[in-house]
Amino acid sequence: MKSDKKKELTRRDFMKKSAAGLAGAGLASLSMDALFQWDEALAAKVAPPPLKLEKNPVVKLLRWSGFVKSDEQIWTANTKKWEKATGGKVVTEYLSWEDVRSKAAMEASVGAGHDIVLGWFDDPHLYPDRLLDVTDVATYLGKKYGGWYPVCEMYGKDSKTKRWIALPIGSAGICPNYRVSWVREAGYEKVPDDIEGFIKCARALKAKGHPTGFALGHAVGDANTWTHWWLWSFGGKAVEADGKTIAINSKETLQALDSVRELYETMIPGVASWLDPHNNKAFLSGQISLTANGNSIFYASMKKFPEINKDLATMNFPVGPVGRPTELSLFSLAFIFKHTPVPNAAKHYLQFMFEKPQYGEWESGTWGYVTQTLKSYYDLPSWKKDPRITPYRECMGRMLWNGYEGPLGPASAAAMSEYVIVDMFADVCVGKKSPKSAVLAAERKLKRFYR
Amino acid sequence: MNHETTVTDEQTGLIGRSWQRTSLALQQRGVIGVLFTMPVGVILLLLLAYPFVLGIWLSFTDTIVGRTGKFIGLENYLYLIFDDVFLLTTFNTLLYTAVAVLLKLIFGFALAIVLNRDFKGKGLVRAIVLLPWIVPTALSTIVFWWLFDSQFSCFSWVLMKMGLISTPIDFLGNPNNARASVIAVNVWRGIPFFTIGLMAGLQTINQSLYEAADIDGAGPWVKFKSITLPVIMPLLAVITTFSIIWTFADFHLIWIMTRGGPANATHIYGTLSYQRAIPGGHLGEGAAISIFIFPILLVCVLLTARYLRRED
Repeated sequence: MKSDKKKELTRRDFMKKSAAGLAGAGLASLSMDALFQWDEALAAKVAPPPLKLEKNPVVKLLRWSGFVKSDEQIWTANTKKWEKATGGKVVTEYLSWEDVRSKAAMEASVGAGHDIVLGWFDDPHLYPDRLLDVTDVATYLGKKYGGWYPVCEMYGKDSKTKRWIALPIGSAGICPNYRVSWVREAGYEKVPDDIEGFIKCARALKAKGHPTGFALGHAVGDANTWTHWWLWSFGGKAVEADGKTIAINSKETLQALDSVRELYETMIPGVASWLDPHNNKAFLSGQISLTANGNSIFYASMKKFPEINKDLATMNFPVGPVGRPTELSLFSLAFIFKHTPVPNAAKHYLQFMFEKPQYGEWESGTWGYVTQTLKSYYDLPSWKKDPRITPYRECMGRMLWNGYEGPLGPASAAAMSEYVIVDMFADVCVGKKSPKSAVLAAERKLKRFYR
Repeated sequence: MNHETTVTDEQTGLIGRSWQRTSLALQQRGVIGVLFTMPVGVILLLLLAYPFVLGIWLSFTDTIVGRTGKFIGLENYLYLIFDDVFLLTTFNTLLYTAVAVLLKLIFGFALAIVLNRDFKGKGLVRAIVLLPWIVPTALSTIVFWWLFDSQFSCFSWVLMKMGLISTPIDFLGNPNNARASVIAVNVWRGIPFFTIGLMAGLQTINQSLYEAADIDGAGPWVKFKSITLPVIMPLLAVITTFSIIWTFADFHLIWIMTRGGPANATHIYGTLSYQRAIPGGHLGEGAAISIFIFPILLVCVLLTARYLRRED
């Protein structure tokens, strides 16, 4: 009883701090230790929702192809475990990650197709009415595993009904990666963790013949993530919290754009054409000294480029003038369509995949490619397997959502798919537009989307 | 029971007369024609007309993926004609189509004339010329994507080895270079269509016309201008029209190579429409963009049809 009381207080404490964090300066400034104290013994007592499985259920799953080889292998093995335990069957279709959104959107429109989709970012907020309420599963998992990160609640809950419409499965965390020996050659022990120092270090690297490289083409992941980080780190944002007032035309945005030109000068020529694979190739071939990527760059170097792997270091994105982490990583969620004939089996399957034996194995086997959404998984031993993957576990706690500070929905999805922020940066960097005219162009687009 | 199943003489007569009438009707060209074309008509109606009309309807609505939209009249169109990205896309589409079709026509025609001559191994050469057309576009485009890579381009590598340049060419990062690159790939892929089509036309030209021209002392240019071109013109018009339609409505080449970048410099109607409708979720606006393709291509088709009628 006493123990339960203690737990209750801790959770309440957590809720208070989360709320304060959300309302105040940001989600990301909360330290992990302050957020919760997870008690494994108590977690075991949390009762799962009563889900009566349909007879011989066949669950059709659409998910993105793995970025690292072990992802699909472990996912399939875990799925087989569920099939064995329940007698159900899961038919999985893997699709290139950029194509999942369009296929899921069509299925939502016609009301037929897969039962579960592992989608991205604001997908569920495009068609919340078509999705099954998964509040029971989300609440159970949250209670059992130390709670969801605040940004996960933002992505997982419908902004109007406050019901869970998706289960945040993880983020392909994005962190800066650099070559240690070249950074030392440039006079630094490590890349500084503030924007000003970051630019100075990049300049020193370029001066030594080791340019940096950050994607500025229409790269869904690599371009969107670092440009949003840069914008937010100066205090710029696309829209106010009301989701109506466009806020991009601000002195903070102009500062961000003025400053990014300095970083662009340190980059290798051609970044304006870079799509998602380009920075990996350039880094692994030794052409650039500093970039930002998911841990696939570490994984690939470990498997195929041992010399580069020995010289590779990872860090979290530097903090800008705004004084707190402001990052964006690729965020993935699992959601179930209302048109599913097997709603309970679909929920049960996802719940099973989130349980520690499965999720922990998945995270460990992918070398941390998927950053945890449930707080207790922060302490999984797999995060300590290599110091270069440890920074990735911080990504979820340091992350904001696309379309910050407005709500998620069709407008935020359109703004990101139209590369409004990326193009604003690219226009300024390649010298096509002045910061002011690039901001005005972005403002016009945003006004249309948030009308 | 018995009287129910017995067919009377009167009934037999009625059936006979009705069959006669059906038989007579079936012998009329109009009726039988309609019957035979009905299956195709139904397929066209379902697979072409319905999506087309639906597309037009969507363009007048604010439909978002997963949500039914409401009628908003011309709002999508009015927004688009003042939208910088759309205007840039219109310019890109026209430039892409005009330059690519012109180059395909010139090179395709020239190649057709060369391959129409008799030489050793012409069968093999003709087969090789067809290759760019046969290889799936997605596959060949990925190869070109590598060839035009900003760091690993083998074109840049060769030029650097030859000492002609010192740094790799930024093929897809510079707006004009990117436009030139995607046009080059489209031309490479489309030349065989012109070559094979025109070669078929060249082979139908009566050789006695050239012999008569030879006797009159006509040179190659005069023979081309006065015999080859006039005879092949109707075929050339049809092939060019098809090429304009395909180039104008291209999608996967651009999407694979640049996603419309850098900074929208290579977006064409197909890619912008997809980007706004599917990843962006704004089906109504995406439909409106693709509807812009229609009147332009319709004018093109009508001009060709008018020309062909005049030729007849």
